[in-house]
Amino acid sequence: MDNRYIKATLVLCCATWLAATGPTFAEEAKPEAKPVKLTTTADHTKFKQLQKTFDSGPEVTKACLECHTEAAGQIHRTKHWKWEFLNPETKQTLGKKTVLNNFCISIASNYASCTSCHVGYGWKDANFDFAKQENVDCLACHDTTGNYKKPPGFAGNPVTKDTEFPPGSGKIIKGIDLSKIAQKVGKSSRDTCGACHFNGGGGDGVKHGDMDSSLAAPTKDVDVHMDAEGLDFTCGTCHKTSSHDVAGSRYTPTAKDDKGVQVRGKAGSGNPATCVACHDNAPHKKEARLNHHATKIACQTCHIPTYARGGVATKLTWDWSTAGKRDKDGKHIVLKDAKGRITYESRKGDFTLAENVKPEYAWFNGNVQYTLLTDKIEKSEQRTRINKMGGSPADGKSMIWPMKVFRGSQPYDPVNKTLITPHTAGNDDTGYWKNLDWDKAIATGMKDSGAPWSGKVDFIKTEMSWPITHMVAPKEKAMGCVECHARDGRLTGIQGVYLPARDNNKLVDTAGWTIVLLTLLGVIGHGALRIVTARKH
Amino acid sequence: MSERIYVFKRFERFWHWSQAALIIFLMLTAFDIHGTLSIFGFEKAVAYHTTAAWTLIGLWVFAIFWHFTTGEWKQYIPTTEKVVAMMKYYLVGIFKDAPHPFKLTTLRKHNPLQRLAYLFILLCVGPLLWVTGGLYLFYDKWAAWGLGGLSLEWVALGHTIGAFMMLAFLIAHVYLTTAGHTPLAHIKAMITGWEEVD
Repeated sequence: MDNRYIKATLVLCCATWLAATGPTFAEEAKPEAKPVKLTTTADHTKFKQLQKTFDSGPEVTKACLECHTEAAGQIHRTKHWKWEFLNPETKQTLGKKTVLNNFCISIASNYASCTSCHVGYGWKDANFDFAKQENVDCLACHDTTGNYKKPPGFAGNPVTKDTEFPPGSGKIIKGIDLSKIAQKVGKSSRDTCGACHFNGGGGDGVKHGDMDSSLAAPTKDVDVHMDAEGLDFTCGTCHKTSSHDVAGSRYTPTAKDDKGVQVRGKAGSGNPATCVACHDNAPHKKEARLNHHATKIACQTCHIPTYARGGVATKLTWDWSTAGKRDKDGKHIVLKDAKGRITYESRKGDFTLAENVKPEYAWFNGNVQYTLLTDKIEKSEQRTRINKMGGSPADGKSMIWPMKVFRGSQPYDPVNKTLITPHTAGNDDTGYWKNLDWDKAIATGMKDSGAPWSGKVDFIKTEMSWPITHMVAPKEKAMGCVECHARDGRLTGIQGVYLPARDNNKLVDTAGWTIVLLTLLGVIGHGALRIVTARKH
Repeated sequence: MSERIYVFKRFERFWHWSQAALIIFLMLTAFDIHGTLSIFGFEKAVAYHTTAAWTLIGLWVFAIFWHFTTGEWKQYIPTTEKVVAMMKYYLVGIFKDAPHPFKLTTLRKHNPLQRLAYLFILLCVGPLLWVTGGLYLFYDKWAAWGLGGLSLEWVALGHTIGAFMMLAFLIAHVYLTTAGHTPLAHIKAMITGWEEVD
């Protein structure tokens, strides 16, 4: 290297060091308290509109809307608000308002309980006013205190004054101070999303298996991206929200993303929540062979070796047909396993639960067809699929995906051949969870759904698939080759791919071993004969 | 009265034994990958098999160069002369202590049956294994190379067929080393380079 160049570099380094250290000395001489660094430019405690007592949620929303004039309108356009979704491919009208599942089954006639997870206030029956701006619940997503609660039974309203619930039960729900909560609003967080999404299916981890309260502050092993001491992603880091519309969908999932990294400004970008949106289609730098795997296998298949890894068990089966038993005093029964998890409830039937569950695998192309209340179904040996996951090895759109397959048995109308939407939650005479009477519960529920009921009830075996996509493990804990490359590996039964170690051609193997064996017998025979004849000579 | 002739030169012996070791190691790892054995486990077996394959390719580059520069490639030119006599010897003569029909010289160090067998390995089994194995290694590049229509299953089957043929060859080859005038004569020759001839 040129000497002058070295000198110039040294001078430059010294100058930079002086420049960098200079102000530090000045600061030490005059210490000054730094303001707390907020992630927003507005300190909501300073706003007059929020320095008052709020008796209800809508009052808070009205205050929010004074500045955030378009927020309610944006929410009104979303699935989070409407609980309605028209699948453009299947033309099915879906959304929480319409679909059934094999957990708590459906929200019809159970609004006041279910809508504690609605981003709105007051959805207590089918007549809810979806056009009212102040019905939007800003706090559900923007609370940062952790004190905001919407107890089931209040149609999505928070409780602001101590209230006995259910009336006459002696149980008091404490009122919360909405003013304090409103003054501390901020960005949505794992806690706000999790308040509902961790508890899908009626409890922590019940429904999804790859989403539960362990994701509120997960370790690296539970989720490499959300790792509270590492990357610390929130849900919104991937589910990039635009105009209050959250990216990502269970109704039209992106099964195969071949669009590559989503560069800002790139036109025609798809779902920003996919792995590929950040990692690209060929992310394996050391082992290029794995990139070829990634043309047929969803990232999740290898990178989420098991779900429910955070110490919270997820439900795997739910048998409604055994519900309704009472003990000898006529009271409801609750049975628990050794770990304290409920395995039977009179209100709901039998459950099985598990942690660290290996997913099942299937070709999946993103097409999901639901069995709705209007669809005819036949009871047979085969389980009725509540959601049929499209996919095949040959359609060019499918990838091998990990799934949680939730199996259950649920009420069914054997005459009309339809599923049933029973009235479960509710402190009234027909609510099944109170009176354990299917006839009353179904009559109320089906009436609310506007569907006919023959008066007969049977139980039908159903299953529902949930693609696994959360709880991504650190790369060193990704699934090893041998999990699938083995005779009885995880991909047993997956057609359309040749897996070394799993697959072989019977004819080639038989012929090959026969030739090898004959050669061996030949040389042994020949050798033996040589030994025998050599002795004679 | 026997004389000793120098048939296998130093490089040739090095080539032979390192190739033998690599092929046996490739077979062990191969049947691990195939799911027949479990010695190293699939993941390590694939890595070892790949490394051994590349090492063998490297060795072959030197061996091919050596064969052409020394003219030793001529040792593999097939001949029909004495083929029948050789077969008769293995089927009958060897049991009667009959004289070996082939006289070894430095210019003709493989008997006619050996020539045919080695040529078959070099021209059929070898290329089958190399082509299918090479495709297997570059599985992720097929589409980029315009080979997207290839089926992994067929490539894998071809490779497996090659492996079985190589294993059968190995068994016969090892056995026939004992067919010299003493059971270890050929092995000694392959180690020292010197073969005793009548």
